[in-house]
Amino acid sequence: MGKTLAVRSPERTELTDAEKGRLWRDRLMNFTGSRMIWLVSIAGFIFLWAPIILLIIFSFNDSRTVNEWRGFTLRWYSNIFNNVIGTEARFSTSLMLESLGNSLIVGVAATIIATVIGTMVALSLVRGTYPGKRIIDSVLFMPLVIPEITQGVSLAMFFAITFEFMKESLGLTARNGFPTIIIGHVVFNISYVVVVVRARLADMNPRLEEAANDLGANPWQTFWRITFPQIVPGIIAGALLAFTLSLDDYVMTFFTSGPGTTTLTVFVYGLLKTSVSPEINALSTLIMVVSIIMIAISQGAQRRAR
Amino acid sequence: MAIRLSARSVASGASQDARGKLGSFLLAVPAIAWLGLFFILPLIIVLIISFLTRGSGGSVALPLTTAAYERVFDVFSPVLLRSIRIAAVTTVICLLVGFPMAYFIKTRKRAWVRSVAMFLVVLPFWTNFIVRMYAWRVLLGPEGWINGVLMNFGLISEPIPMLYNEFAVLVGLVYGFLPFMVLPIYSSVERFDFRFVEAAHDLGANNWHTFWRVFLPLVLPGIIAGCILVFIPSIGAYVVPDMLGGTSGLMIGNLIQNQFRGSGGNLPLGSALSIVLMAIVMLSLLVYAYFGDKD
Repeated sequence: MGKTLAVRSPERTELTDAEKGRLWRDRLMNFTGSRMIWLVSIAGFIFLWAPIILLIIFSFNDSRTVNEWRGFTLRWYSNIFNNVIGTEARFSTSLMLESLGNSLIVGVAATIIATVIGTMVALSLVRGTYPGKRIIDSVLFMPLVIPEITQGVSLAMFFAITFEFMKESLGLTARNGFPTIIIGHVVFNISYVVVVVRARLADMNPRLEEAANDLGANPWQTFWRITFPQIVPGIIAGALLAFTLSLDDYVMTFFTSGPGTTTLTVFVYGLLKTSVSPEINALSTLIMVVSIIMIAISQGAQRRAR
Repeated sequence: MAIRLSARSVASGASQDARGKLGSFLLAVPAIAWLGLFFILPLIIVLIISFLTRGSGGSVALPLTTAAYERVFDVFSPVLLRSIRIAAVTTVICLLVGFPMAYFIKTRKRAWVRSVAMFLVVLPFWTNFIVRMYAWRVLLGPEGWINGVLMNFGLISEPIPMLYNEFAVLVGLVYGFLPFMVLPIYSSVERFDFRFVEAAHDLGANNWHTFWRVFLPLVLPGIIAGCILVFIPSIGAYVVPDMLGGTSGLMIGNLIQNQFRGSGGNLPLGSALSIVLMAIVMLSLLVYAYFGDKD
């Protein structure tokens, strides 16, 4: 600030009152500004992490009440696997493991379909030249912004109407199950895969494909030998994002699942919503640790690919 | 020879071009078909049902009417307004916390500190959303950690009701969507050339003016993107108010879900609520298209 004044009026040494006032305001803002940024940021990090860390710590606490630390225990973890969650009568370990299996079936299927379809449309949008690209673009953008509750209820009604129609005209009975859940998950996953794969494609040098083309490779060969190896990290990242979103999803799954096809997130939702117990803390910790391991794997895979 | 070769390659190039155009369009077909059938068509069904009348046993019937919309703006306007208010306050809080965080992370000198800090912001986003909301139920509950600590220190004699109200919903939404604010602001602060600050100082601007006239306008696209990314999922939130809100923290999403509960539901009303929710989202996107990032 002193420098500024010197540049402006090199001949003057005395400051006017107005300039002094501005100087003080400036110093005050500088001081409080940097302190505020520090304080708010540290508070922000604590806010983001305190609930997670406390949840993990207290899942090992040898006490049913959450307010005091009474020593380390793995009791709550073993309880989960012995059909006990607090006073919850409906809980059973085998049902939980079954729902985990359902989650994996849905997650893997939805991820594969969404990754293939999403990569195809990403290629089409980045490399292709045809009319109507903007429309496809905006259709792909919509699942990212339309609230999931709207997507869920609209798809549920669509399936209900379709099944009703099938029953009346064809005499076929069908109801919600794995196919309907997978269809719903693919709807929101395609867009995420496109965002990730597209970014990777945009970074790639299109000259390489032109060169392959000039050297006589057909589009199929060009794709598998040139394009694909370069966008693999993007495809893996997109697939992992899709898989994570699929495992975490509650709303879409709730509206598209039928009896016997409950996923883990839908299964634990009722528990997590209505009760608080150390076993649920332990179960939550397990779910979190699994997702953190998955991110670690994906980070490692992407780093190796670079 | 040379001429013949080039003529042939031109001809084959042209046909290859046409084939390439068709081929690249065909690549988009599965995605268009999937989204057209399972996303656009269901939304059209919702739009149609929103103009129908509620039938017996949770079904729908003719005639066409706007009664559902009238009810949305009449009976349910308090919930509508509350949802907009909650989403707006969430956005403002996220901005007030997220902007300093993004600036703080960007201005760290060591690269590893920056990447660890970014990792700390992003990692919670990758962990299960419902589990994170459960953590807040444990924290905020009447027998939760916060009340427990306050009572142990004798600061309060009775637990403060922090769960199952608007406050809890706000905490949950800010917690869930704060990373969406930090990330776009961070990337626009990253693109900001800090030599502009020096230039502004050299030209006689003080910090106050440099911040408002140089820094802020240049990072504004990131701020607007962040606000949209927080506002849209907040206005459509279902899980957060369902887990933390109770009856006094009810939002549009919960109302919609209530209308689809089998025979007790009201499909036209639920559909109309969905359409209104979508309209709010579209409006906020228009605001973004107008003020936001032009690339």
